[in-house]
Amino acid sequence: MKPLRRSIFDRLPEILIEGVIRLCGVSAILLVFGIFFFVFREAYGLLPGGDFRLGHFLFDTHWNPASQSGPAYGTLALLAGTASVTLLSMAIAIPFGLGSAIYLSEFCVPYRRETLKVVIEILAAIPSVVWGFIGLMVMNPLIIAVTGAPIGLNILNGGLLLALMSIPIIASLGEDALKAVPDSYREAGLALGASRWQLVYRVLLPAARPGLLAAVLLGLGRAVGETMAVLMATGHSVHVPTSVLDSVRTLTATIAAELGEASVGSHHYQLLFLVGIYLLAITSAFNLAADFLVRGRRRSSR
Amino acid sequence: MVDNILAISDLTLRYGDQTALNGISFEVPRFEIFSIIGPTQSGKSSLLRILNRTIDFNADARVSGSVLLDGEQVLTTPHVHDLRRKVGMVAPLPVGLPLSIYDNVAFAPRLAGVSKRADLDGLVESCLRQAALWDEVKDRLDQLGTRLSGGQQQRLTIARALSHTPDLLCLDEFSIAIDPVTTMRIEEVLRELKTKLTIILVTNLIQQARRLSDRTLFLWNGSIIEQGTTEAMFSDHPANSLTYDYIRGAFG
Repeated sequence: MKPLRRSIFDRLPEILIEGVIRLCGVSAILLVFGIFFFVFREAYGLLPGGDFRLGHFLFDTHWNPASQSGPAYGTLALLAGTASVTLLSMAIAIPFGLGSAIYLSEFCVPYRRETLKVVIEILAAIPSVVWGFIGLMVMNPLIIAVTGAPIGLNILNGGLLLALMSIPIIASLGEDALKAVPDSYREAGLALGASRWQLVYRVLLPAARPGLLAAVLLGLGRAVGETMAVLMATGHSVHVPTSVLDSVRTLTATIAAELGEASVGSHHYQLLFLVGIYLLAITSAFNLAADFLVRGRRRSSR
Repeated sequence: MVDNILAISDLTLRYGDQTALNGISFEVPRFEIFSIIGPTQSGKSSLLRILNRTIDFNADARVSGSVLLDGEQVLTTPHVHDLRRKVGMVAPLPVGLPLSIYDNVAFAPRLAGVSKRADLDGLVESCLRQAALWDEVKDRLDQLGTRLSGGQQQRLTIARALSHTPDLLCLDEFSIAIDPVTTMRIEEVLRELKTKLTIILVTNLIQQARRLSDRTLFLWNGSIIEQGTTEAMFSDHPANSLTYDYIRGAFG
């Protein structure tokens, strides 16, 4: 009989492959921690001593960090910019995204579904700078013509672009969530005399709620973190907006626009990294909340 | 003259080029328990899916023939949702909808437009009582239906099937996932229900058909081998020797 224990040479490919796979897994974790570490290190100089005040950073609306006389580093106006654009985009993207998800999963004939899914994937793959270009060249004159606003680079423009970028994410993840609802639920609902629409809102939406929530929150994360399109389309004006036709500037656009001008290690440079941490905290909070909600729901339904 | 609730004649079902039911004809008398036995793949479940037209969701299925339920042509009726309310359906594995126990039972009445809380309360209680589940769940009606045990969930689906006051209750291998004690409880429930509605019982358990049913139909490869009173079918001399062999466990 052959001995069970094989020589090291026989097992070499296995060991190699295992090692490579392990390396891939570990490197993903290391990269995430690396990003956290790097961003914190760049901003760290601000925190001990100096005259940095967190209250001013979080709640003041004046942002003028490069000023020699009296630098202001309040991010509230930037946060308001991010929040207003994101809110508008979600107000559009959630109904349309979930609507497409429901249509794709429940009402669409198979061959049309396959075509639509390809189109949605293409939509999701359009680079954000191309969206920004559309905002600049197409939506800008359109908004001026329709609303009579002096400038078309504003919350409305950015919100629409972000909505268009989030809809494919919400639609395709939402469709996955609805498809994951067992068919036995559909049959049970229909056997009880439900119409297809009654089936959707009385059975499928409650059953797929965790997945749909995750889809919406990922779309939201995309909208909050998006930089290029909003940089090009929202008009670059730091103030707390009072209407959707106001120009704003978001947290992300601020970093992208100013980092190139700030000298490495300067106060301005460190502040921009602090804004980065702020942004990271916001998106992480959303992701954690999504994770928590999805898991919580799943546990309670067992 | 026997009062038949269901009259099926020359019913044929094809999935693509496969024949699942081959020109079968039979009648089901009102207020009886009617068993359909036969090995798997004999077309039993497909037959039930025709009765409430859930077969429609299988794009390959082609149905022909005549199915009269209470005089109404099932295959061509434009009132599919009304038809489905007339037929209660209980699936082999209990399907608790992801709703509370109360909402599971109140689902169909709400669809039918019952919205007063008092009316719903009464309906839910009476359905759960009929399914012999009320005493076990009356204190936790707002709990998720999917958290009940398998046997309780199966009784919940029976309560749900009763909630739209069907004339015909179809059970597809209801005892496949539950223990013998619960099975006996449900069988008792069915005997009591027989006074109010007609029951079609699809089962792999030959002894269950013998215990419960008034009439039995033996389906094999999409054709009816034999049908008649349960007494005659389970006697030492059924009309067809295949029936004798199947019932005695020689095959299947």
